[in-house]
Amino acid sequence: MSYISPTKIDEALEVLSRGSGKIIAGGTDVYPSAQPGQHPDFYLDVTRIDGLKQISLRDDTIHFGSAVTWTDIINADLGPAFDALKAAAREVGSVQIQNAATVAGNICNASPAADGVPPLLALDASVELASHAHGARVLPLAEFLTGVRSTALRPDEMVVGLQVSVPPTNMTSAFEKLGSRRYLVISICMTAVNLTLGQDGRIADARIAVGACSAVAQRLPALEASVIGQRLEKVDIKPEFLAPLTPINDVRGTAEYRYDVVQEQCKRAIMQAASR
Amino acid sequence: MNKPFFSKQIAFELNKQPAHADVTPGQRLSTLLRENLGARDVKIGCDAGDCGACTVLLDGQPVCACLTAAHQVEGRSVETLAGLYRTEAKTKLLAESFQNHGAAQCGICTPGMMVSAIALLRSNDAPTEDDVKDALGGVLCRCTGYRKIIDAVVGAPAIAHDGDGRVGTSIPRVDGQCKVDGTEAFGDDVAPVGCLEIFVIRSPFPRASFTFGDLDAFKDTTGVEAILTTDDIEGRNVFGVISQFMDQPVFAEGETRFSGEAVAAIVATPEFMVTFDPMSFPVTWTEMPATQDIHDAQKQTAAQLHNGRERNVMCGGLVRCGDAQAGLSAASQTVEGRFNSGFVEHAYIEPEAGFAQIVDGRVEVHACTQAPVMDLDSLEIILKLDRSQIRIVPTAVGGGFGSKLDLSVQPYLALGALKTGKPVRICYSRAESMQSSTKRHPSDIRLKIGADAEGRITGFDFYGEFDTGAYASWGPTVANRVPVHASGPYAISNYRAEAKGIYTHNPPAGAFRGFGVPQSAIAQESLFDELAEKLDIDPLEFRIINALKNGVPTVCGQVFDQGVGITACLKALRPAWQSETAAAKVFNDKSTTVKRGVGIAAGWYGCGNTSLPNPSTIKSGVRPDGRVVLQQGAMDIGQGANTVITQIFATALGVPSDSILRIGADTDITPDAGKTSASRQTYVSGNAARLSGEALRRMILERMNVARDAELTFGDGEIVATDAEGEHRFDLSKLACDDERLVLRAEETYDPPTKPLDENGQGAPYAQFGYAAHLVVVDVDTAMGTVKPTKFVAAHDVGRAINPMMVEGQVHGGIAQGLGMALMEEYIPGRTENLHDYLIPTIGDIPPIETIIIEEPDAHGPYGAKGLGEHVLIPTAPAILNAINSATGVRITRVPATPSLVRTEIRKAQR
Repeated sequence: MSYISPTKIDEALEVLSRGSGKIIAGGTDVYPSAQPGQHPDFYLDVTRIDGLKQISLRDDTIHFGSAVTWTDIINADLGPAFDALKAAAREVGSVQIQNAATVAGNICNASPAADGVPPLLALDASVELASHAHGARVLPLAEFLTGVRSTALRPDEMVVGLQVSVPPTNMTSAFEKLGSRRYLVISICMTAVNLTLGQDGRIADARIAVGACSAVAQRLPALEASVIGQRLEKVDIKPEFLAPLTPINDVRGTAEYRYDVVQEQCKRAIMQAASR
Repeated sequence: MNKPFFSKQIAFELNKQPAHADVTPGQRLSTLLRENLGARDVKIGCDAGDCGACTVLLDGQPVCACLTAAHQVEGRSVETLAGLYRTEAKTKLLAESFQNHGAAQCGICTPGMMVSAIALLRSNDAPTEDDVKDALGGVLCRCTGYRKIIDAVVGAPAIAHDGDGRVGTSIPRVDGQCKVDGTEAFGDDVAPVGCLEIFVIRSPFPRASFTFGDLDAFKDTTGVEAILTTDDIEGRNVFGVISQFMDQPVFAEGETRFSGEAVAAIVATPEFMVTFDPMSFPVTWTEMPATQDIHDAQKQTAAQLHNGRERNVMCGGLVRCGDAQAGLSAASQTVEGRFNSGFVEHAYIEPEAGFAQIVDGRVEVHACTQAPVMDLDSLEIILKLDRSQIRIVPTAVGGGFGSKLDLSVQPYLALGALKTGKPVRICYSRAESMQSSTKRHPSDIRLKIGADAEGRITGFDFYGEFDTGAYASWGPTVANRVPVHASGPYAISNYRAEAKGIYTHNPPAGAFRGFGVPQSAIAQESLFDELAEKLDIDPLEFRIINALKNGVPTVCGQVFDQGVGITACLKALRPAWQSETAAAKVFNDKSTTVKRGVGIAAGWYGCGNTSLPNPSTIKSGVRPDGRVVLQQGAMDIGQGANTVITQIFATALGVPSDSILRIGADTDITPDAGKTSASRQTYVSGNAARLSGEALRRMILERMNVARDAELTFGDGEIVATDAEGEHRFDLSKLACDDERLVLRAEETYDPPTKPLDENGQGAPYAQFGYAAHLVVVDVDTAMGTVKPTKFVAAHDVGRAINPMMVEGQVHGGIAQGLGMALMEEYIPGRTENLHDYLIPTIGDIPPIETIIIEEPDAHGPYGAKGLGEHVLIPTAPAILNAINSATGVRITRVPATPSLVRTEIRKAQR
């Protein structure tokens, strides 16, 4: 067993092609999920690879390298469309976790309650993947996440980064998280909203994503369609708009409760985004 | 397993000094720092990023060392508390501030708290409360309730002050310096590097039979030194804290009774343990049907867990006076209800840990404990060794709250050291700590109360069943204490209260701050509000009407002619009650979704064992050089026994407390000061310290033939007494030294005067009670079901505050635990065995707390002092539930009142 910490992406991809390794960045999911006595053939540390710690703008697209941490997100100068992502960043674990944990790690861990996923879905984020054998590909985040702890990542593949098309400057966003305590808490449910208000005061564009209420966080297209063109005071979250959600009963709350509160949460997130 | 490991040497900067270390693939930074580089100021609480105790600065940024790959620090800078303390003036100031606010109690979270705070203070030298919360939100504390930590970091005016430390003064902890500079040594901090480790094999099922495979072959594996099983137990394979109810085996035989129960243990090298896969241990499990519900357990068909305990009833307790039914029939109004609570986990941040070695043929166990002499008693039975062959040396204890009264790691350590003849160590993982340690008893309580039109209670009928889990532990104490206390601090003449402990295939429930009384108080104090409402009497005044008074019998028929302080506690809440209820009304008139409520509740608690002897002995003396020595064996688990007992002793002797050399608990040295339990140390051991100080002073005054009020000073081989006739000198060098190098000594014992309870629970169970009343303001988000306490006012009758700062510390910490129990904490076996599914309050959850200290002196207490440790959380949960009711009209009868539960009840009420 070895610990490999390459500085070049090609070298990292070559290492990955060798077999059963574990990619590590912040370690905040790798260690808690480690089983005693179970060891990978190698750890591949991606935090020293050139460029992967960068947030950069290329061709109207913002690229987040896969070693970008939540603290990097909080400190980055991004527009109001990223306020929801920043708010989620502040809710990922604690300061200690945010300093180490990466955005890419959050999506690769594929927890249904991953705080980062709803805002990234509301940003229409895509995932940049690469492998030694098959080269690069880009998948919409919603296609990358395939289930509870399950992604479209191939065994020899790694996430190189995430990308978001530069949003309109008048797009605002908000993130609402519900938990049983302040700090260090797994969400009962959460909602991210990205919104554009027209000159006429009507909602011109809306992207609404809900987490911890289905195996994978998801957008609510019917709800989005219903609010687009509406005035804020007319926004009505009808239960049928939440039909794609399949919340479960767990220690954090009942399914019925989640259905109930997520309506209020969507409404609050829309109002908050609109007030910015 | 057995994959080759390619380790690598890395260089980095540790606490401003160059460091080099060999790192194995995947090694955690926490392991590297603690085991390879001696930085044991980095504490491990969970190994999962849930507690933050291991926080270090990596290039100045706080990270959890337990989640950081050691390889990643190559070429970077790592700073830990001990290094920061040595190298940075800011840290020394912060350490002083922590001491002067009592911000460190047990001290296990303190390195994480202080390191996080330094990262904040480097960029912000005048942080606000919210800045501090955001910066420290990732570090859990179970003792302090966080408020003192916030005060220490923002630099609020110090509470503690210099002074002679006599009774009534707030001096900093006498044992606090090491807690704030990183040198305190807890259970896992004392073993030599590289020593053998112990791993316990535990049942994966609540109930299972099992057979071992080829243990001999396994024992031959490289690195394995020994396997421990029942065959290694020379004495009896049983332990327990109450002699008639000892029923827990060290290793289960034939069948396990709860998930996580031990069946064997491996003693092996650290290298072996790194690669060891527990699944490779040769044991075959057969899961059996388990009974995890107290009602099912009492059915004829249920498997009986223990011989002689029909229908799995462990035991019961009863208190009866007057005629409860007749009193209820005569009532003008009655209320009744059924209340439930689940398991609550102690969640101290220090998992059970320790080390053992053989010294001169004797076995020495160094481990965290609340009861060193009880540990010795138990090991004597298990090991079948003469007690002179066993030494218990308690380490610092990183929180206990009742669970570290029971044996945990001690038998494995002793057996491992005896079998191998080598030093051995063990530290439970968070999961095994949560699986195997005792819990607060789940409760199912039915209660009916009636009152006359004037609001006087006429009848009270209580029945409670408690899930004691697989083994008795302190279950019998819960069954006895609950009926004595279920009345609350009120005069009730027609009363019946019965409690039963029921065995199930759940983890053993034992002692947890309050022994069942916090559960019964939820039922009683909730129904008091309901009854007051029905009678249209203000709930605070209703309590004052019924409050117990001097000269009025308790439900046990015990009459105190002094010291009953509940009326004073309740009256102390009146100003806040009136202003906060008025403010809530104004708020609610304007707010539709968020509703504000104010709740109150009271409590009482008897200090010391229930009608049983529980003596403490304290020894003191003077050395030939004039040094005063206090041999103080009462375990300080963060609550402050070391400080308080020193202050009491110093006052009795008539010297400043900082002149005293305190020698801590060690069964070879200190006499038995009993267990740290039952809120007894300030009262019982405090009295023994007072008697010891008084005896020593009397002896000196007599020998010197000086006036009774003479002022004594010690030092330079003499005692100087100053009285009206001038200075007198007592040359100590001429006196014979005893085998403890003392020339004068005074050993004194105190045992509270109690009387047995008869078959109706009538008698004198405790020599003193302490009293408490809490007020809380909550904001309920009625759409989400979230409850946010925004303010507490807590009035506590402590008789005499030996150290007011520490009284506040206990109140804050108790409120935090009561808040957790009320709103978020429920341990579900097999499901919440970590600190992210089992939630305890964080720094963001505890609002400002105003502590009102009531001093209604108790004739039995040292200088009038009463116990406090458990009283502090009894009123908290019912006060919160009453506040939720006041905000929403909804009555929650089950804790925790999670957002899901609260919102569900609100919706039901809206329909």
